Amino acid sequence: MKYTAHINVMPLKELLDPQGKAVNNSLHNLGLTAVQDVRIGKHITLHVEATDKVAAEAAVKDACSKLLANPVMESFEFSITEG
Amino acid sequence: MKFGIVVFPGSNCDRDMMHALQDDLKQEVVMLWHKDNDLSSFTTDDCIVLPGGFSYGDYLRCGALARFSPLMEEVIKFANKGGKVLGVCNGFQILCESGLLPGVLLLNDHQKFTCKNVYIKAATDSNFVGKNAGNTPRKIPVAHGEGRYVADAVTIEKLTANNQIVFHYCDENGEVHINSNPNGTTNNIAGICNEGRNVFGMMPHPERACSDALNNIDGRAILEAFAKMN
Repeated sequence: MKYTAHINVMPLKELLDPQGKAVNNSLHNLGLTAVQDVRIGKHITLHVEATDKVAAEAAVKDACSKLLANPVMESFEFSITEG
Repeated sequence: MKFGIVVFPGSNCDRDMMHALQDDLKQEVVMLWHKDNDLSSFTTDDCIVLPGGFSYGDYLRCGALARFSPLMEEVIKFANKGGKVLGVCNGFQILCESGLLPGVLLLNDHQKFTCKNVYIKAATDSNFVGKNAGNTPRKIPVAHGEGRYVADAVTIEKLTANNQIVFHYCDENGEVHINSNPNGTTNNIAGICNEGRNVFGMMPHPERACSDALNNIDGRAILEAFAKMN
């Protein structure tokens, strides 16, 4: 079966995210002063061939832990859809 | 004793490092390609250098993809056997990604690439690099966008207690304070080493400060330390 993984990798909350901070300031300059706490991460999609959804989840978790996210600076979460 | 310099796709300080070691320090240098998987001609008396640059275009995270180059697997084994490894700039980032050094290097707090001379000084003489560099402030260039060293509080405490912080950013008088911190790095950390004191990572570029022609030889004592060890 072919599955698609939708992965979000985000900088850890306790770490300064200079990119998010800069964008936050720019949004305020645009007059959008209600916006707060902008944080910028990555969205990664990938296909995975697996016998079932559980196996696909295991493969994606492996990919995230080994390469796609660095636990010292990032957290990850993902969802998996068929096809 | 010889030096091996690993060339990754996107390395751009490999030749600077070669000239500094070979021409200024008169050391034997072997250039190594990241696709090689053989370090059998190197003994633990030798030193492997991971140079600065933008390996794999800094894709995903700085150093994250270089860490999985075939030769890096060998470098990790070499380091675990006690071989000396020096990572400068992108090399430091690769060492952190590979787990040979703790922590990570994040985007500078001011978001800009910073390229200028800074001063650093040894934080301790309990390793051969700090000992050779001595307590004098040294003018060494930095050139990085991601040089803010970050690790969790427990790791920082352990690094400090165990004298694994090798260099601090300071001013020209050797004072370590917030104004001499070029990137928001934790506690002005410019370079660290592992527990075994054989793996060293630093953001400043000593290889750019080894030649009279460049009008700065403050980096010599740092690189010499790796040659002198034997």
